[in-house]
Amino acid sequence: MTALILNYFRENSGRFWGMLAAHVQVSILSLGIAVLIGVPAGFLCVRWKKAQKYITGLFSVLRVIPSLAILLLMVPIMGTGTAPAVVALVLLAVPPILMNTVAGLEGVPPFMLETAEGVGMNPTQVWTKVRFPLAMPMILTGIKTAAVEIVASATLASKIGAGGLGDIIFAGIGLFKTELLLIGGMSVALLSLLTGLIFAIIEKSTMKHRTV
Amino acid sequence: MAVAIEFREVTKTFKGASYSAVNHVSLTVNEGEFITILGSSGCGKTTLLKMINRLYEPDSGSIILFGEDISTVDVVKVRRRIGYVIQQIGLFPHYTVGENIATVPKLLGWEKAKIAARVDELLDLVGLEPKEFRDRYPAQLSGGQQQRIGLARALAIDPKIMLMDEPFGAIDSITREKLQDELLNLHREMGKTILFVTHDIEEAFKLGDRVIIMNEGTVRQFDTPEAIIRQPADPFVQSLVDSAKAKEAFWREYL
Repeated sequence: MTALILNYFRENSGRFWGMLAAHVQVSILSLGIAVLIGVPAGFLCVRWKKAQKYITGLFSVLRVIPSLAILLLMVPIMGTGTAPAVVALVLLAVPPILMNTVAGLEGVPPFMLETAEGVGMNPTQVWTKVRFPLAMPMILTGIKTAAVEIVASATLASKIGAGGLGDIIFAGIGLFKTELLLIGGMSVALLSLLTGLIFAIIEKSTMKHRTV
Repeated sequence: MAVAIEFREVTKTFKGASYSAVNHVSLTVNEGEFITILGSSGCGKTTLLKMINRLYEPDSGSIILFGEDISTVDVVKVRRRIGYVIQQIGLFPHYTVGENIATVPKLLGWEKAKIAARVDELLDLVGLEPKEFRDRYPAQLSGGQQQRIGLARALAIDPKIMLMDEPFGAIDSITREKLQDELLNLHREMGKTILFVTHDIEEAFKLGDRVIIMNEGTVRQFDTPEAIIRQPADPFVQSLVDSAKAKEAFWREYL
């Protein structure tokens, strides 16, 4: 088996790195868009209570739909390729980011906001200097959850032609080659672990006051 | 003596409440006075305080600071003229001690060197070694130290008026005693007008030049501690004074 795996890398290392790059690219793009949607949407939910019911309702429904179903549902709407995969992954990733943003912002104690107002911060400063920084650990946790989910689900995205490490796995299933399953599976697993690690480092560097 | 704070027929009723938290209160505080506001929880003392920096807005009546009706001044400007200290302290946990103290000077765009000098000066003032404490985070400090920082932050831009809402309420009695003495010293040195809310009668009488006694949204008596003890204005004040005397008698038995 080791020989087969080594052989694969000898002959296909270019393709492998290409697929890995595609996987990472799709993941980062999806995560970026999901953050750009989820965090502002979470802010809107907290800022305008009325919006919360509709926005969180919409995304908690979306969250129930399995990732594979969302991916496949994209095909009749957008066809195949990277774009529908990214849309599907964004839909998957927004709920954890949104929910954690809401929970984080609402978890800031009222007396903290009152102190911020009391010392003379204007409403914008209360949000940017106190409320968001204090909610940041929760928001980061949401982004981390979303990132790991994206890396895993991006594997399925190869089903609709988005490329990535899923190509190796599905080729392995199709050709009944165990070494391809191992290579694809391990790569995705390592990538997920790496993602978790990167976020742990980000958390640590931005949350100095909590680790002391 | 100039008038620092004036309440004119101020009333505040919270939504859904059947009674007024503050009910037609009129009173005058002179510049440089240390005023304590005493009452049990729910008597309206905190509401009275928070209307001064417009965290609450009165339903009717007006509040005048140094001759200026605060409802006509930009709310952020009003707050930046007033130091504010609360029981929960409310230090920003993601800021260092130095950054916490520098909050308002930074909002006002002071130069870095001026801010740094002011931070060290204030740390000295509240009895904490600047070098040792400047770069710590609030989580690394004891409750008493945190409240010293809270006080330093409130003093940062040298406001004429300080509002303090049970600042020592959550601090052990030995440290509290010490902080009370230091606050009295600070007041003597700086001559600020201080409004200090407490439910502790000993604290109120020890600190206040004059004491406001509140019950059910109204001011029952506003006088010097001595005058209140000698001549309680009504049965409520009488019962407060009696309870303090009873406590005193309890201790005397063991002396």
